Amino acid sequence: MRSVHKLSVALAAAATLLLASCSGSGGDASANGPVTLTWWHNRTTEPMKTIWRQIADDFHKTHSDVSFTIEPIQNEQFQTKVPLALQGSTPPDIFQQWGGGGLADQLSSGKIADITQASQSWIGPLGQSAKGWQVGGKQYGVPYQMHAVGFWYRKDLFTAAGVTSTPTTLDELNAAVAKLKAANLVPIAVGGKDRWPDAFYYNYFSIRQCSVDELKTAVEKKDFSAQCFTKAGENLKTFLDTKPFQDGFVGTPAQQGAGSSAGMLANGKAAMELQGDWQPDVMQSLSEDKDLDSKVGWFPFPSVPGGKGDPNSVLGGGDGFSCTTRAAKACADFLGHLVSEDVQKQLAATGSVLPVHPAAVASLKTETHKKIAEYVTKPPHLQFYFDIAMPTNVGQALNDAIANFFAGQGGPDTIVNSVSKAAAGNK
Amino acid sequence: MMSTATSSRPLTAPSPHAPAAGGARRRSRTRLELALLLAPALVLFVGFVLIPIAVAAYYSLYSWNGFGPLTNFVGLDNYVDALSGDVFQSAIGHNLIIVALTIIVQLPLSLGLALLLNRKLRGRAFLRMIVFAPYVLSEAVTAVIWLLILQPGGFVDEVLRGVGLGWFVKQWLADPKIVLYTLFVVITWKYIGFGVILLLAGLQGIPAELREAAALDGASPWQATRHVVLPLLGPTIRVWIFLAVIGSLQLFDLVWIMTLGGPANASTTMVTYLTDHGFKRYEFGFGSAVAVILFIICFTFALLYQRFALRRDTDGALTRAVN
Repeated sequence: MRSVHKLSVALAAAATLLLASCSGSGGDASANGPVTLTWWHNRTTEPMKTIWRQIADDFHKTHSDVSFTIEPIQNEQFQTKVPLALQGSTPPDIFQQWGGGGLADQLSSGKIADITQASQSWIGPLGQSAKGWQVGGKQYGVPYQMHAVGFWYRKDLFTAAGVTSTPTTLDELNAAVAKLKAANLVPIAVGGKDRWPDAFYYNYFSIRQCSVDELKTAVEKKDFSAQCFTKAGENLKTFLDTKPFQDGFVGTPAQQGAGSSAGMLANGKAAMELQGDWQPDVMQSLSEDKDLDSKVGWFPFPSVPGGKGDPNSVLGGGDGFSCTTRAAKACADFLGHLVSEDVQKQLAATGSVLPVHPAAVASLKTETHKKIAEYVTKPPHLQFYFDIAMPTNVGQALNDAIANFFAGQGGPDTIVNSVSKAAAGNK
Repeated sequence: MMSTATSSRPLTAPSPHAPAAGGARRRSRTRLELALLLAPALVLFVGFVLIPIAVAAYYSLYSWNGFGPLTNFVGLDNYVDALSGDVFQSAIGHNLIIVALTIIVQLPLSLGLALLLNRKLRGRAFLRMIVFAPYVLSEAVTAVIWLLILQPGGFVDEVLRGVGLGWFVKQWLADPKIVLYTLFVVITWKYIGFGVILLLAGLQGIPAELREAAALDGASPWQATRHVVLPLLGPTIRVWIFLAVIGSLQLFDLVWIMTLGGPANASTTMVTYLTDHGFKRYEFGFGSAVAVILFIICFTFALLYQRFALRRDTDGALTRAVN
């Protein structure tokens, strides 16, 4: 019974591709006529599901010729649905877009709209946030919210262990880890099963070690052979050798269940976690504690001695949307609406979105988020997550190599080589 | 069947002319019936089985990220890359370990349980339900439940500590050396019910008279089981082995949800490898090549097993009737 279906999943996907490529054409909507935009977004749960609906309705009120068919889709489904849709003849008009190398991959479908012109009048305030959605200097989408990675920590556990201030240097972090261990606490939780949380560490050690130019060149050329990337791996090794994580961390999921790394932090079972700004929402869903916001704090990844990187550079990314070519004009106008000051303030006020428009930062609910947002809006360098910035196959190969490194396999050179190996098409 | 019907017809015909027309009418009628009855299934089979296999084989010759046209023809490179890669080789190894463990552990276990549950004992229906219940759960639900109870300090660890076996507590899903065996325990928990039900059905088909006759001839219950029941259960066991091996080769859901093939590829199976490369890395051409390799392995096993193991079971049932 269990036998038949696994291969057929892959084959059915292949069949869908074939059928999709044979089916009829959608036809171009004229620039001025009424148009209905199909919108795929990943907010399947409240409150954001209703907020997106509301924003679309508001837009329709002022642009009566633009209506919406909204299809909320589970986040994980995008990676399979988007390639199939772009290969077909009726892709969605607006869809969730994380930018970087994944976006560059999608361009070869020829269906992603270049909105460089259409966005000129409103994209200014976004600054370097919008860069991740550019390929070859052209704008192929825009973010509506930013993400930034940093350390979330439990104030109560820090106090219990006698850690009086948040670490600003690697040495201070190591000292905090030692104190927490001495107090019989788990210093840091990490969701090693999911691999990407491991990657945050290597990403940050690289950002602290390498100059901005070295980072840019490496991502662009998919070549991590600059010495600083090996050094970053060595620093990571030294850090791992202090055994800062929970037992069995390579099998711990990042966000599922109370035993996940986020769950451990939420329930006071670990003192720190290197995670994105979305962490409070995830923790809240894994804990009964209504007062959680006041118990957790945030500090940036500490500076690393001897590194060329600016200690204020930030690792992050964002959530955005791309337009397909059928109704690019109407779609671009709508994206302009999403990043306008008013809508951004509305989004920021929900408390779970770091706005891309600097003027909206003040509308954020918690002080922690305001602190992160201020930190993110003016960094000397905003480094896109390596796995998203590079083509998908290269990014995943890098994450796998880092995860193996966390599990004790390979060295800094394995991580560095995984990038050029995957970029050369080797598996 | 069709050939015997049509070829025997002329012999019994009263006149040399009429039967030809009648035969033709019958023949075309048979064809029409066949077409009507088989066509829907055939269309589905061709559309959802044969064409996808052909398409996958076609994609597997290209380096393709899923977007745009297929332009980068690489011949058999994808196959060479897959088969020469450490991770895929170890994935095949993991599948083979699961196959071997399934036969060595699950078969005796389900056989024993089936023999036990076939006897008249109090609460038999309830016990059968208990044994079969895990099989009814979806693999995803099973995986999530076990993920929770196997987490460090979770239910399993607490129970072990509670009964004084604290020294036996391991990092069930985080230790690369034992993660595969942990998964095998979960697989066994889930699928033992299927084997038991199948074997119970087989046991029901063995006439009680044979056991009685053996008993009258002085055979002990063990001898009756060993020399009467087990041989007659042979066909059921062989079918179970077939399904279990194919299932083990295509193991995916449980592993994907519980470990994603990790840590450090210690629990990667052929299908998790396929998914990882096909859908997570957008290497659709390479993923297709892995799918084709998996298909060939399963298909070859199925053919060989049919030819050498199942033939004696199907011999009487199918082949003789057709000939």
